[in-house]
Amino acid sequence: MALLEVQDLEIAVRTKGKLLPVVQGVSFDVDDNETLGIVGESGCGKSLTALAIMGLLGGTTVRITGGNIRFDGMDLLTLSDGERRSIMGNRMAMIFQEPMTSLNPVYRIGDQIIENIRQHQKMTNAQARDRAVELLSLVRIPNPSERVDSFPHQMSGGQRQRVMIAMALSCDPKLLIADEPTTALDVTVQKEVLDLMADLQTRMGTAIVLISHDLGVISETCDKVAVMYRGRVVEAAATENLFAELAHPYTRGLLNSIPVVDSDVDWLEAIPGRVPTLEEELTGCAFHPRCALVTKLCATSVPQETEYKPGHSVRCHFSGKVAP
Amino acid sequence: MTEPLLRVIDLKTHFRTKASWMFGEKQLIKAVDGVSFDIAPGEVLSLVGESGCGKSTVGRTLTHLEQATSGRALFEGRDFLVMSPNEFRPLRREIQMIFQDPFASLNPRLKIEQTLGEPLFIHGLCKTWDEARAKIAVMLETVGMDPLVMKRHPHEFSGGQRQRIGIARVMILKPKLVIADEAVSALDVSIQAQVLNLLKKLQQDSGVSMLFISHDLGVVRHISDQVAVMHEGKIVEIGRKRQIFEAPQHEYTRKLLESIPRVKIGKEVA
Repeated sequence: MALLEVQDLEIAVRTKGKLLPVVQGVSFDVDDNETLGIVGESGCGKSLTALAIMGLLGGTTVRITGGNIRFDGMDLLTLSDGERRSIMGNRMAMIFQEPMTSLNPVYRIGDQIIENIRQHQKMTNAQARDRAVELLSLVRIPNPSERVDSFPHQMSGGQRQRVMIAMALSCDPKLLIADEPTTALDVTVQKEVLDLMADLQTRMGTAIVLISHDLGVISETCDKVAVMYRGRVVEAAATENLFAELAHPYTRGLLNSIPVVDSDVDWLEAIPGRVPTLEEELTGCAFHPRCALVTKLCATSVPQETEYKPGHSVRCHFSGKVAP
Repeated sequence: MTEPLLRVIDLKTHFRTKASWMFGEKQLIKAVDGVSFDIAPGEVLSLVGESGCGKSTVGRTLTHLEQATSGRALFEGRDFLVMSPNEFRPLRREIQMIFQDPFASLNPRLKIEQTLGEPLFIHGLCKTWDEARAKIAVMLETVGMDPLVMKRHPHEFSGGQRQRIGIARVMILKPKLVIADEAVSALDVSIQAQVLNLLKKLQQDSGVSMLFISHDLGVVRHISDQVAVMHEGKIVEIGRKRQIFEAPQHEYTRKLLESIPRVKIGKEVA
């Protein structure tokens, strides 16, 4: 049994009295020491999936409407608030995209790390402070014993993101969920943060779910990949197998859309059209209005998940075929 | 060699921060500190660098949105940094700017035809609304949109469509120089590719010169003829695109290129 198992997850948003599905039948699992990448464009449901795992989809507008999420054998969807609080930030932690807004600007960073440690572990303030200094040096903040008393505004974006990682790691989580952890950072800093995460994983055996829109980041850091489009996983495989042979036309289109630094092309092969909005009702495959391989079948029936190669699943009626 | 359309010589833009109880003494920030480059007619020069390197300040200084501290910028041989707002006004049609955020750069209260039509009247390119609407319709088709959308408001469009409208607003004035500051950075990859192709095609068809400001080296490689790499207010390396990407000389350029995560396609041979 894997550490995290997500099965047939369904999430819906309530607008104008209607329930609109935003995540449909998403399943994946992640094991210790493994990194799963979830990739897709805005609105594909990748962040909502992460929030659902963390139990952060409260309220009445966005709701989990089906499926189940199991972590270390526990059903996360039926936990009481108290049980949930004891797991989150402790055995499961999350890093958000915006290091600016996810730290409290009026508290010293050390105090914010200490608060999380003391919430979950029996430690005196002095012990927790030592632990905070240790964590800051672990994420390679220079002069950790002084910087522990810094305010967030005294640090750069990359440093703040490292503080977020330190905070997430403060109780040795078994699972780390990182939602676009480097998107707001410069490329040179991004490389440092990704290297740091990989390094920490080899040392502590943490399972990581990395959410990103950047196929390059995914390709370099993940063991396996799930590609999402409009609420569904359209293709999933081990990273090497996925990029060896892209089976879904959307994944291929996404890759061809990226201008690469290592060669020249005259024109990018852009995917025509745009991601349909939530309000637009779609029949059949959600990608069919933009797909070069589209047939009548695509417009009427939703493709089921099929095995393209062993360990490589895809949702497409014509998987593997390339447009003429 | 032909006369450059834009020649920037030793441009400096410095800012002074105010003294405050929290951040201490007054400081002098050298956002742009001695930048020089030429853009030939019909060419695209990219300024690339990380946040805070001063690339956007160059663009803002050249459009009089910031005041230059020293240096010169010649447009068709005339120094326009020293011009008064009145003298500069006629040049505003010829030097246009495309901004990053397609949600903030269109007035939400105006219909698209007003947004696109107003500059035509201001710069005296049209006398009647019939004339203006005809031009707007042609322009909207050029950027891949239905002319009927001119009756609608910005909130009805997606990010990619808004950026197309932003490009239409600029190109309808037939400028000689377009300054594009992170023009495609806010868009999703599949939409970014469409807008980038559009921008490249319009640039080639109209022969407009472009100063393309971006942090994304892949995008820069796709659109530029020349590339200038900026770091801490200075250009550390400038050259033809091929040279910068295939034989980078400066250590910082190499570091930037190495830091980019790349997709490894195909199976690696064991």
